[in-house]
Amino acid sequence: MSELDLAPLQPVLAELRPQGRPALLPALHAAQKIYGYLPEPVAAAIAHALGVPLADVYGVIDFYSMFYREPVGRRMVRVCVDPACALAGSDALLAAACAHAGVEPGGLSADGAFTVEAAPCLGLCEHAPVVLVDEVAQGGVRPEAMAELFSAAAPEPWGLLGGDLRLLTANCGRGRATTLAEYEAGGGYAGLRRAFELGAEAVIAEVKAAGLVGRGGAAFPTGVKWEGARAAAGQPKYVVCNADESEPGTFKDRVLLEEDPHRMLEGLLIEAYAVGAARAYVYIRGEYPRALARVQAAVDEARAAGYVGANVLGSAFSVEVELRLGAGAYICGEETALFESIEGKRGFPRVKPPFPTTFGLFGQPTAINNVETLCNIPLIVTGGAAAYRRIGTERSPGPKLFCVSGDVTRPGLYEVAFGATLRHLLHDLAGSLPAGRSLQAVLFGGAAGAFATERDLDVKLTFEDLRAAGLPLGSGVVMVFDDTRDLRDVLNRLGRFFAHESCGKCYPCQIGSQRQHEILERVAAGHTQPGDAARLSDVGWTMTEASLCGLGQTAASAVLSAMKLWPALFADPPERLVQLD
Amino acid sequence: MTEISLTIDGRPVSVPAGTTIMQAAATLGTAVPTICYHEHCTSNALCRICVVEVEGARVLAAACVATVSANMVVHTRTERVERSRRTILEMLDSAVDLSEAPEIQGFMADYAAAPARFPQAERRDPPVLDDNPMFVRDYAKCILCWRCVQVCADDAQYAYAINFEGRGYETQIGTFFEQPLPASSCVFCGQCVGVCPTGALKPKRQWLLEQGQTPDEIMAMTRNERRRRRPKPGAGAEGQGQGEVKGKKGRKRDDEG
Repeated sequence: MSELDLAPLQPVLAELRPQGRPALLPALHAAQKIYGYLPEPVAAAIAHALGVPLADVYGVIDFYSMFYREPVGRRMVRVCVDPACALAGSDALLAAACAHAGVEPGGLSADGAFTVEAAPCLGLCEHAPVVLVDEVAQGGVRPEAMAELFSAAAPEPWGLLGGDLRLLTANCGRGRATTLAEYEAGGGYAGLRRAFELGAEAVIAEVKAAGLVGRGGAAFPTGVKWEGARAAAGQPKYVVCNADESEPGTFKDRVLLEEDPHRMLEGLLIEAYAVGAARAYVYIRGEYPRALARVQAAVDEARAAGYVGANVLGSAFSVEVELRLGAGAYICGEETALFESIEGKRGFPRVKPPFPTTFGLFGQPTAINNVETLCNIPLIVTGGAAAYRRIGTERSPGPKLFCVSGDVTRPGLYEVAFGATLRHLLHDLAGSLPAGRSLQAVLFGGAAGAFATERDLDVKLTFEDLRAAGLPLGSGVVMVFDDTRDLRDVLNRLGRFFAHESCGKCYPCQIGSQRQHEILERVAAGHTQPGDAARLSDVGWTMTEASLCGLGQTAASAVLSAMKLWPALFADPPERLVQLD
Repeated sequence: MTEISLTIDGRPVSVPAGTTIMQAAATLGTAVPTICYHEHCTSNALCRICVVEVEGARVLAAACVATVSANMVVHTRTERVERSRRTILEMLDSAVDLSEAPEIQGFMADYAAAPARFPQAERRDPPVLDDNPMFVRDYAKCILCWRCVQVCADDAQYAYAINFEGRGYETQIGTFFEQPLPASSCVFCGQCVGVCPTGALKPKRQWLLEQGQTPDEIMAMTRNERRRRRPKPGAGAEGQGQGEVKGKKGRKRDDEG
């Protein structure tokens, strides 16, 4: 380690030093690119350059699962093992990859060439099973094609698009990113020009009138959020695009960012103008390197065309856009944890209130929105709220994206108007289940969602109808399981995901996610202990009621819904054990 | 300052705006249980043992940080509250050694929390860290209340010697790359030992006595350490970039051996 040459790091540190601690994640990413991992002297040099205590730097490195303090392979092979990929055989794939490299999962091959890891959902569920090889995604990977996988030889998969509408996804499905010229030819950036004509307050009024609510899972009214940030005392203000899409089964934002990055960007620029922010951030999850590249290219194009920078389109409005790459932490999708991450800290959610509109990024008034939410903005501002409200239902206006994966013949990203039924989405659009199979369950809304069954198929996909049916819309996940699937395995994977991704801040989630996983492991193995159902229910209930943040509060949601639907799965002694084993 | 009127457990109370629910309850003589809370540390609402039911709220509120609002109706000990507190206590007991945390044991009795409720639970049981002459760190007793990290940082000492390792259930308090405390920016102020509620941080002398050492034996050890300290001026290279802070008084070298 004493042989380590710090010279290649110096230009990076020289550039980032003036930013101080907020440059910590960018510095760690840059250093890891140079050295492959983050050895102690490198971490110390970064700490000194940015003025961050050593122990804090270590705390940050150790928090994010894509930062490594031990050497890793020159090639990093991440095999997704979450539910959609598991249905497509990811366990066999992981075993084959490990055998090919001669390692255990998480291990480094003897020649230092490869590390093979089991990864949480990589957001490519429509291409399951998927593997991320360094920064190249590989879909539909077969266990017998390991040589091809390890050389990342297959073309990267793009979005599979469908649905009744193509508004949010109008420019998606080209198998590449839409260029600025193409986006403009389809009416792109007309919304930004229109926003300047309307003025900030009228833009906010339009967004409120459109009835747009957040598409990241919390369904908070977007216009109200903007209004709050605009009205809040304090300068500067910030706007943030939450592109930390990480919930198992969710891939809509990946497709939007990779294939039509200007739509999100236009929404973000309009938001910055409306709120009165001169700086916008886009925080993209670490597992989406290609999305980062596409968005960066779009920002560069937009800057050259005068949409980003000083005096946008000759107006008095100036805005800078900065991209941030996460590093493997689902919790950073929680808005305040995301702020902490941009600030160069561990991704711990903050106590709320105060809310982001008054105390957000760097303690300043901040409006933060999900990618899909922002993609609705150009539609609303260009065409007006009245036209927008003609899509969808009275109480759930607009288009909505659904991420359909699992046991369907045409998995993909489907755009429909609110009000379509689950049956329409599943059977008419996604091509139903494979021949000869019947529906056992749908994981609806996401890993933090709930299970739906055959009897829910005629539920209309609107906020109000879903609420009445006890199904959270969440991030628009529709993961389908046929009658041959063992739901206990699905639950075990969800349990593992939440235990792996808990930040550890509050006790209910820190300990509860671990205990929940342990019990679900027993359930999956058919080795439940007397009283496990009561324990699982107490743990899930306590996480839901007493956790600090929204992620902890929903970490038991799918499990609790399964306990209601299929109590026999959790009974002691397990009643289904005999049939299944 | 504006007075806020609210109801706690059916009793009206009026307190200044900005008062926490916990403080408001205390004015009525109602004690809300707390674990991570310390009046001289930043409140982070980690342990959630102080959760109370606020009418109209979707989930329970942490009374140590949630502030009162007009006409709020608070219940400090409902079925929902009890079930949460009991389960949190049972989970805590399944994770760490609470044998030197009498206050938490008292809560367990009060809430009828069952010890060993979770069979086959992976416990956090790391070995004792004995790397300096001042105190030992037994993280098998650590409940992650964050007090030590906070007093080491902005809540008191501004030494920033310790932070977190890992995340989630695997979280542990630690130094930069797990270096021994004397190599870190620790100034051995003892603030962290003072605020530790579970005996995870303990003065070395107390720990040695508990290990069965006699006071004379301990005295002999410290005499040896004092002797070792005197003849060796100047610092070694072990404290990566910490030289300025350490080195003074030659304190760092003592206990490397």
